[in-house]
Amino acid sequence: MQTDAVVSGSLRNRLVLILIGGAAVLAIFLFFAVRSYAVQVAQRGQDNILLASVTSMLDAAAFRDGVAEVDIPYAAFSMLNTPADDRVFYAIYQDDTFLSGYNDLGLLGENQGGQPSFQTRDYRDTSVREVTASRTLIGADQRTEIQIALAQTQDALADTLDQISRNAALLGLGFFALAVALSIWATQATISPLSRLTNSVTRRGPQDLSPFTKPVPQEMAPLVTSLNSLMGRLDQSLSQSEDFIAEAAHRVRTPLATVRSYAEATLLRVNKEENREAMRSMVKAIDESSRAAGQLLDHAMITFRADHLEREELDLVDLVRDLILRLTPVADMKDLTLDLRGEDTVTYAGDPILLQNALRNMIDNAMKYSPADGAIEISVRSEPVVAVTVSDQGPGFPLDEIETLTARFTRGRNADNTIGSGLGLTIAQDVATAHGGEITLRNREEGGACVILSL
Amino acid sequence: MRYLIALILGFLASTSFAQEWEDQRLFNDGAGGDALRVLSSTDTNLFAPLIEAYVAENPDTAVEYLVTGTADIDGLFREAPERFDVVISSAMDLQLKLANDGFALALDDVAHPEWAEWRNSLFAFTTEPAAIVINTAAFEGLPVPSSRQDLIGLLRDRPDLFAGRVGTYDIRRSGLGYLFATQDSRASETYWRLMEVMGGLDVRLYCCSGDMIDDLTDGTIAVAYNVLGSYAEARVESGERFKILDLSDFETTMMRTALVSKETTQVAEAASFLRAVIAYQSDDASNASPLPTLAQDGDRGAIPLDPATMTFLDSLKRKKFLEEWEDALIQN
Ligand SMILES: Nc1ncnc2c1ncn2[C@@H]1O[C@H](COP(=O)(O)OP(=O)(O)O)[C@@H](O)[C@H]1O
Ligand SMILES: [Mg+2]
Repeated sequence: MQTDAVVSGSLRNRLVLILIGGAAVLAIFLFFAVRSYAVQVAQRGQDNILLASVTSMLDAAAFRDGVAEVDIPYAAFSMLNTPADDRVFYAIYQDDTFLSGYNDLGLLGENQGGQPSFQTRDYRDTSVREVTASRTLIGADQRTEIQIALAQTQDALADTLDQISRNAALLGLGFFALAVALSIWATQATISPLSRLTNSVTRRGPQDLSPFTKPVPQEMAPLVTSLNSLMGRLDQSLSQSEDFIAEAAHRVRTPLATVRSYAEATLLRVNKEENREAMRSMVKAIDESSRAAGQLLDHAMITFRADHLEREELDLVDLVRDLILRLTPVADMKDLTLDLRGEDTVTYAGDPILLQNALRNMIDNAMKYSPADGAIEISVRSEPVVAVTVSDQGPGFPLDEIETLTARFTRGRNADNTIGSGLGLTIAQDVATAHGGEITLRNREEGGACVILSL
Repeated sequence: MRYLIALILGFLASTSFAQEWEDQRLFNDGAGGDALRVLSSTDTNLFAPLIEAYVAENPDTAVEYLVTGTADIDGLFREAPERFDVVISSAMDLQLKLANDGFALALDDVAHPEWAEWRNSLFAFTTEPAAIVINTAAFEGLPVPSSRQDLIGLLRDRPDLFAGRVGTYDIRRSGLGYLFATQDSRASETYWRLMEVMGGLDVRLYCCSGDMIDDLTDGTIAVAYNVLGSYAEARVESGERFKILDLSDFETTMMRTALVSKETTQVAEAASFLRAVIAYQSDDASNASPLPTLAQDGDRGAIPLDPATMTFLDSLKRKKFLEEWEDALIQN
């Protein structure tokens, strides 16, 4: 089955990219907005000074002895002093006739209503800001218009703008950096519930199909709801099939027991040797079938109990001793000895029914795959971890299959002439996993299999 | 043949630019190539040590030093800016206007205090007050005036003593005289009253400080108004019989300025010459320059290098000022 998801893009990257892209656009916009505003303000500043200067010059215009005169006040040029030592040009006209100043500096057309007009233009190879304003002088019997053009280079303005541009750029950059940090943080915060959910899904045990109860953000609620309902259905169908197996096994076992008792009774009454032999085979087959049914039942029971482990303090050595006692008659039939080794008491908190089941299957296997007359060694230890080891003197596991033998209904090559269902090791492993432990299969150097149930 | 044409051309060139210089001297004439042409209003004897120091360090450069009046300098230079490499003048207003009108080359690597330069193209290198100088013999038995008001009183009281014996710049001819006069008129109304009194005493008008001091020395005049302090001091030190008044009312201080012509063909040499002048005149230079160093002191400070200095150069304003000045001073 394919477990890797088909990945197309990343939510996190998409989010970060969108946020950072937006921030970049905003920062650039901010830069230009601040700069163009500053340009306006700075230009207005220069315009105001130019206007004040030209106004003071116009104010100094007067008739004297019938002649229009403009006595430029010292302050008019003084106020035009700038840190960049901007150059100043002016021209005074009377009714469009040049009076004094720079005669190549023309007048700008005035705005309607005699309002002063401003213009940035080229003059003497540099860019200047020029203002033109006028004033009408009214004398005793005459009327004349004094017009003044005043221009100033824009070096100081350019310096100011440079500085403002630098500051605006810094502002934009700062804003951008902040926005990037924020967007990464925001993305992280948005994505983290998702990764938390992923984490809790990944960390679940294989049998855990209970619903997720941890709170999740609103947007993830539908996902979790459908996940929960999916798992609910899964759980239900699993337990249904398990129930079914258990029911089926049970139903098979009871009639099998009846058939077996009939067969035994008949065996006692049959005298002919070949018939007795047939009857014996029949009883053996019935035994194996009921054993397989028993194992199926056990497996279903273990799957169920694994979710609701009923741990209690117990002595593992005691438990093993009990088991050996019960299995000794079977072992005797095959002339096998069961030896208990290891520590005297090993206390452990576990589910006794499950542990018993697992160990019985392990010992069963050892007996099944051991040659007659062999010895089976069972040892219990508590260090470094609590573990029970069952070793025999049989042929051992086929090494190339060792990885897969614990899977359900899987049997080894060496199991061809033995009867079994392929569930024994599965049960042992399920029990180990339910207790947070594991099962290890290996072959002993001196021959024989060795199964370790560590808890 | 070619030689002949060159000769004729050279002759034509020299005659077409024929010019009466107050003084003209070629320093380091041994050096080949074009000489650096310095157009200046400063007397050669006051400036020579600077040039000599410069050519000592730059033996490959010859310097031609051309002296004429401040108003003349302005006219000559505007007419042919390509003929001169460096322009030095005491008329700050004319110099500033030259720079404003784009005749000066901007030198970006000259370190100079902000108040002493304009647009990196006009550089001040001296600080010199306008002085009132009296002949001590003529003032025998009279109190030494401590303000212009005092001087006015004294002149009014003793027309017998001072008639025909007061002198000042003819501001129609001298750019520096005009600068001093306009700045004085801004400082106080007293200026006009003094001018009226001097006009009543049949004032003598001079083109230059040097002439005025000469006449003061030989007793032709008893009071010289607005002489260059540096010239007077140079002569006091040589033991002449006159006194520079220490006035309490106000003092007009000028800065001598230099610029490099925008059309100079010897940019590097002109710039290095200007830098040398600035260095020579800087406060910490340990030499005995006859010119005062550049200093920022006095309560009013020097006339600032800003566009306002050009105000009185406006032709309408100049006309009006000269009319008033003539009204006050020329009464016969
Ligand atoms: N003690 C053992 N010695 C050798 N092989 C073993 C031993 N125990 C288990 N096996 C191998 O592992 C397989 C799976 O065992 P199990 O799950 O118990 O199923 P089975 O019903 O076949 O015993 C067996 O078929 C056998 O090949
Ligand atoms: Mg088995």
